[in-house]
Amino acid sequence: MSYETIIGLEVHVQLKTASKAFCGCGTEFGLAPNTQVCPVCLGFPGTLPVLNRQFLNYGLRVALALNCQPAAFLKFDRKHYFYPDLPKNYQISQYDQPLAANGWIDIDTPQERKRIRIKRVHMEEDAGKLIHTAAATLVDYNRCGMPLLEIVSEPDIASAQQAYDYLVKLKAIIAYLDVSDCDMEKGSLRCDANISLRPCGQQRLGVKTEVKNMNSFKGVRDALNYEAGRQEDILGAGGAIEQQTRLWNETQQKTILMRSKEEAHDYRYFPEPDLVPFTIAPQTIAAAQATLPELPEAKKERLMNQFGLPAYDADVISSDKHLALFFEETAKGYPVPKTVSNWLMGDIMSYCNEHRLDFAQLPEVLPARNLIDLLQRIDQGTISGKIAKTILPELFGSDKTVDRIIAEKNLCQISDTAELNEVIRTVLRENAGVVTEFKSGKEKSFMFLVGQIMKKTRGKANPQLITTLLRERINSET
Amino acid sequence: MPISRATVEHIARLSRIALPDAEAALLTGQLDTILRYIEKLDQLDTASIPAMSHVLGLTNVFREDMRRPSLAPEDSLANAPAGDNGQFQVPKII
Ligand SMILES: [Zn+2]
Repeated sequence: MSYETIIGLEVHVQLKTASKAFCGCGTEFGLAPNTQVCPVCLGFPGTLPVLNRQFLNYGLRVALALNCQPAAFLKFDRKHYFYPDLPKNYQISQYDQPLAANGWIDIDTPQERKRIRIKRVHMEEDAGKLIHTAAATLVDYNRCGMPLLEIVSEPDIASAQQAYDYLVKLKAIIAYLDVSDCDMEKGSLRCDANISLRPCGQQRLGVKTEVKNMNSFKGVRDALNYEAGRQEDILGAGGAIEQQTRLWNETQQKTILMRSKEEAHDYRYFPEPDLVPFTIAPQTIAAAQATLPELPEAKKERLMNQFGLPAYDADVISSDKHLALFFEETAKGYPVPKTVSNWLMGDIMSYCNEHRLDFAQLPEVLPARNLIDLLQRIDQGTISGKIAKTILPELFGSDKTVDRIIAEKNLCQISDTAELNEVIRTVLRENAGVVTEFKSGKEKSFMFLVGQIMKKTRGKANPQLITTLLRERINSET
Repeated sequence: MPISRATVEHIARLSRIALPDAEAALLTGQLDTILRYIEKLDQLDTASIPAMSHVLGLTNVFREDMRRPSLAPEDSLANAPAGDNGQFQVPKII
């Protein structure tokens, strides 16, 4: 029997406000334990939370960018659970009147463009961090009270790969809005998944499991592939899936039982009396909508229409806001967009990956001006494309100009006919046999001779020019 | 009877409170009395009254996104029964 996979994702995004959701503590990552806490976020009796205006502003921007309908009226609720990461024994969250609902993200599957609906976006505070030692559990509340958005998709995702693609899109959109670092390693983006299988053609949903503890997009994909396989094995053998929460174990590459349905939470939500409700006026929504930046989809369209990039290039470059900005900046000074895109997607991206450079740092380590100069020097014949590729790594993080590197390393292309003819003469003399082969019709021998000339000039010979000169020379010898 | 012994035990478990039999019985009775009293409100006809989520008539109370000093490290743990190197220490939970 074949099965259909059904996945829904819950994504938590930490917003980069200056202060926490309901108190004035800072929001830095990696500080010494409990140095970013106050009576409010420690849940001391008698304190009152007050909503950070920017939290709602950022949340509204995300909601609109995800095509959601913002609520005209929203309120906060207490979600109760008793665990030491939560000093109040409840988390301020939103239950029945969330910030926004009914949005979507479109992803591209090999077959079609597919719409993944977003059920809701709600605001809540983060919990603290626990460290389990042999003797006790230690608690750091620095993260407690940080502003989080929870973005819940409908179960519209049909494979682990689609889940991955959805996350990539979601991350790109939020990064364009500049409201979160979206760094899974630092925990500013977290993802839990619900997954179930059902026989193809069946209407009723199968029993689902919840999978947690993935710390990269790849981890999410691996965990969901594993979990789909595990469920298929059980169903295929005539067994039944138990409703469970399972943890992804990265080292063992499998999911492990965390808790079963009997232990499932019962959060006893009720309205948070410490916070008054909020209203969002239509003008506020319109104003937020009007100030949204160009988002990845629109950027991709424009890269295709305005710059004439192929869809693939436009997709890669628009997937990262900083990469796209760098592209546009460079293409302004060097108006051959496809060449710029080739350099970006080739040497520049691999350099960044290799050196774990974030594209946000690009303008710092490689000002667009330098790339423009480099590309112009190729066109002007000062250097060959091949030499340019060797100059690029030198340019990263350097305060030297392209011209200075060319001069210092003596990389100027040799376009002097007399000088090149001299080299050609030598090469022909040293490879008389090859020349004969060429003359008898072995076209490949020509490339060998070109290679020898390049070798002698340490790659600096103007390639077009030597091709012409070499042919002339050989022909004149017959 | 609006509240049962089973509900009381369930809530106690959710709240991580150990409840001896005698106390569970006592609390079931007390909570039952309280809830019965509250149930009197059911006699009111509220069909035409819109639901409210807060007793104050206020909406949109914000603070600006400004950082304020946090507690000094020695103060944040001052009331904690146990601490370890700047961290709150609680009984082992895993
Ligand atoms: Zn605080």
